[in-house]
This record gives sequence, C-alpha cells and structure tokens, in this order.
Amino acid sequence: MKDFSGKVLFLDRSDINTDEIIPAKYLTEITKKAMGPHLLEDLIMDGFDPQTNLDGIRVVVTRNNFGCGSSREHAPWALEVNNINLVIAPGFARIFRQNMFNCGMMAVEISEKEVDVLFEEYADKETTILTDFDAGTFTVSADSKKTILNFKISSFDAALVKAGGWVEYADENY
Amino acid sequence: MGKTTARKIFDSHCIDSPSEGIEVINLDAVFCHEITTPTAIIDLQERGKDRVFDPSKIKAVIDHVTPAKDSLTAEQGKVLREWAGRQNIKDFFDVGRNGVCHAIFPEKGFARPGYTIIMGDSHTCTHGAFGAFAAGVGTTDLEVGILKGICAFKSPETIRIKLTGTPSAAVSPKDIILHVISTIGTDGATNHVIEFTGSVIDAMSMEGRMTVCNMAVEAGATCGICYPDMTTVEYLWPFIKDEFVSKETALNEYRKFLPDTDADYAKDLKLDLTSLKPLATYGYKPDMVRPVEELSGIKVDQVYIGSCTNGRIEDLREAAAVLKNRKIADSVRVIVSPATPAVYRQALSEGLIDIFMDSGCCLTNPTCGACLGMSNGVLADGEVCVSTTNRNFNGRMGKGGMVHLVSPATAAATAVAGFLTTAENL
Ligand code: SF4
Repeated sequence: MKDFSGKVLFLDRSDINTDEIIPAKYLTEITKKAMGPHLLEDLIMDGFDPQTNLDGIRVVVTRNNFGCGSSREHAPWALEVNNINLVIAPGFARIFRQNMFNCGMMAVEISEKEVDVLFEEYADKETTILTDFDAGTFTVSADSKKTILNFKISSFDAALVKAGGWVEYADENY
Repeated sequence: MGKTTARKIFDSHCIDSPSEGIEVINLDAVFCHEITTPTAIIDLQERGKDRVFDPSKIKAVIDHVTPAKDSLTAEQGKVLREWAGRQNIKDFFDVGRNGVCHAIFPEKGFARPGYTIIMGDSHTCTHGAFGAFAAGVGTTDLEVGILKGICAFKSPETIRIKLTGTPSAAVSPKDIILHVISTIGTDGATNHVIEFTGSVIDAMSMEGRMTVCNMAVEAGATCGICYPDMTTVEYLWPFIKDEFVSKETALNEYRKFLPDTDADYAKDLKLDLTSLKPLATYGYKPDMVRPVEELSGIKVDQVYIGSCTNGRIEDLREAAAVLKNRKIADSVRVIVSPATPAVYRQALSEGLIDIFMDSGCCLTNPTCGACLGMSNGVLADGEVCVSTTNRNFNGRMGKGGMVHLVSPATAAATAVAGFLTTAENL
C-alpha cells in the first residue's frame, strides 16, 4: 500500500482541470517519470509557484471538482512520481477520482464545510496530514494545532488501494 | 420505480457488484488511440499479459498527432500500430485512413444502441448519441478493458434534460449544449448519465446529437444519451441491414433500451430553447457562456473549425454556407480540419473545400491537432482563438492562448469579420 501522509499543499480554487495538472504537450511521453517536473505547471493561481511550492509535498487539499476535463491518467501519474498519493476535496471529476484509486492512490471526499475549516485554520501554516487508513482518519496538524477528521471510502476503493490498483484487483477477481 | 436507459444497459451487462453501488460490466467495444493506449500496452507487456479479450471488439486509431510530428509521437504511433498487428485488431486506422476517434468510429458503425463502450478519452460520451453507454476512462481502466473486456462503474444515476421549444435557424446543436452546460455548471452532472430528450433532440440529426453528447463530460457527465429512434436506425442501416429484416424490426429491438415511463431520475430538467441565441464561452471554463452579441468585437487571431465536436460534414456545410463568396479577414488565420477522410471527401465533392480555400482557409488532414494544442495550429502566448472544439481551459490550445468555444457558423462569421460575431450580423 502506498503512503498517504505528509506535508500538505493547499490549492484554493475549484475546477482545477487535468490540463492544469499536466499540460497536453507532455502526453507524448510514455513513461510516468517524465511527468515529474511538469506537475501543475499551467496552474495560474495567486501565490502559487510550481517551481517552489511543491517541495516535499505529500498531500493536496483543494476545492470542488478537482481533476475535471481530460481523462488522462497522466494527472495521477504526475502526482504519483512526485510522491503525492492523496488528494482531499469536497468533490472530484469522475474519471480523475477513478484513475487515482485505479493506481492504488486516494482521492478522498470530505464535506465542503470540513474543507473550509482546513483552509481557514491551516492553509497559511506548514501543515501535515497523518492518514490512518484502517481507522479512516486524517490527523491534520500545524504548530500546536490539531484536527482529526473521519473519512469514508467504499469497500471497493479500499480494496483497490490494498491490492495496489485495478489491474491487480481485476486479475485476482475476474 | 421504472428503469432509465443506462440502468437497462447495466442490467444486461453487469457481471459483479464488488461493493454496494459499484458494478462491473461487460464491454461491447473498447476504443483506443495513440496517446492513452501505448502506456497500457507497455504495462501489459511488462506484466507478461500482452493479450486482448477479443480483437473484434477493439477499435484503434492514430488521431491526436498525425502524421507524427516528432520522434516521441512517432513512437506512440508505432507502439499502437505494432500492437494492432500483433493482436490481430482488424479495425485499426492508420495515417491516410484515420480520423478523429469520436467521428470515425460512429461513421464506421461501431457505436450501437445498448452497447457498453469505453475509451481512454473523456469525450467517449459522444457515442451515447446512439443510445449506448459510452464512457471515458483512464489508462488503467483501458488496460483492464483490453485484457478482460470489463470495467467498473458506480451504478448509473441519471439526469433527464428535456429540450423543447423552437430554436431559431441561427442556433445549432453546439449552442444548445453550451446552454445546457452553462445552466447546470461544470460539475452539474458529475457521476451521472444525462438523457437528452424532447422535441429538439427528436428533430436533430445523428451528427447534431453527437455534438450534444460530446460535451456532456464538460458538465461532468459520465455519458450523454439520446434515445434510439428512426434517425438512429437510418444512420446505422448500412451496418445493420443484414441483422434485421426491416428498419422497423431494428427499431423495435432498440426500443428495449428506452427508459420506462416511470423511470427513476436523480433530476429532471426542462429547457425551452425558443429564445436561445448563438453562444460563445468567455473564460477558461466551458460553463462561462454568453450570447455572442454580448461578446461581439473581441479581436481574434485564429479560427479553428474541426474536432470531435464540430468536424463532421454538417458542421463543414454550416461553416461553408457562411464563407461562400466571402474572404476571411486579413488579420485572421483559419484552420479547417475535416474530422475523417470520408468527411473530407464528401466536402470535396460538395465543393466545400473550394469555398474554404477561396475564402483563404488552411485545410489540414483529419486530426485532433490544435484542439488540444499538440500540433497543426498551436496558439502563441496572448493569442485568441475562436474554435468549434469543446474545451476552453487555460493553455488548452497553446500556453497563454485564449479559446472561445462557438458553433461552426459563428466561427465562420468571426473569420470573415476578424472579431467575434454571429453569421446574422455579418
Ligand atoms: S478532437 Fe479534441 S476533444 Fe476530440 S478527441 Fe481529439 S483532442 Fe479530444
């Protein structure tokens, strides 16, 4: 199972699309690794610089409809090769969400309200999230602050994460 | 409660439910192109599983960058080509016979009512125009689809959108779907299937229905579906005439995929299109839409007519009708890309290619090309393109470029004026 804990990047915008996560011009690459340096390259957002802000990041917290647009699995791959295996948001585009779990990664939905609280209380701090997969909790912490959030994924999604992805799961079951 | 079209299709294809609300379904077709498939092929090879579930159910095309523009794209084509040969995939469309996936596959009769189809491409929802469940997926879903002929989905919930009224002749299917997206928003149908119905869809050609279903994903939908009717049967008749004794028999068979009258919808919407005007997008999201007349005057560097949304013969006819006996503005360059060789040939025989060339347009071979900013008309920083494609995302057609999505008629009118305008206002 992949690692779902570590330093958090807050992306305060809804509808971040897969072209912004990894631009189409890199789709000519056939290896996942080649995506690495180009993660979020085309994301234009006040105060965000892909060159410096991605350093050491392990988790992304963002707004609604993350990963909309193209079906390209290059988007999860670009995250994966940067050691980011977990994105938390109030909602995801269907294909992106499925691609994440298909790769044994996680796109976890929590409520809009909970996301608001994370942005309000943590976005301006150096924040980490500790994921307890079996208990279904995220422990969010920064300085002396700490918040524990419960999360729920379907037993199918959990099975994909445990198996390492859909290819492995399908191989065992079908 | 009765069943929706997607529910009926799932009922006839479901093989497992690994957890509540998740269904694994059998696939009738897996479509492939050279951008998202090679990674799946290479992964299968590395796993020692270089096989396909059924070569006759796999259709493949090189369409995104074709002819290859550099060594990397040549390699992608090569991986797909050699795989198609090795796996005995007969329906493989290489340079010269290739067209944009969501235009060429329906044209060949590969999408049928009641089918389940996946492809590693978000606009696979286009094929729902035939009454199929067709969904875009990522490379891993594609890989399992190729290997085992199955895919997992959430149980389909459906939004019904009834389109009624009498839209003016200036309004085309593209304006209609832009209106729908602006009404429900870019995540208005996430994880849902949309059934498009009503008198406007009933009167629409298959090509128009494909334009509408094509952009369902821009509202987040898994698939857009139109009910199979006589229009569907007429379009498919050359491919199904040996399977049915008459068109009526075919239609009767396909009717089993119509929703029950008491079908269970997550949402039921009704839009009257009588006062609809030609529309254009103005921002970086496809739901940022306004009447063209409110945006009129925006200066344009490039006009693009083509893609899986609007590169079919009816679209070229619509554009050519505006361009006939006119010249494009000196300040504009216009790129026309017929979506398939058959569309190209038809346009040639109808004299449309002459009209485009006489007015000053550049014609390209069928390809995705500029639609996703990979070749054949990439924008420079700060340039503005009025385009018949489906995505206006920041950087979509070239870093720093701005895209306004419009109908073919509006694109052609804009080409003549040099700024965003409608055909009526020329
Ligand atoms: S024409 Fe554009 S939207 Fe359609 S399949 Fe090609 S790249 Fe995708």
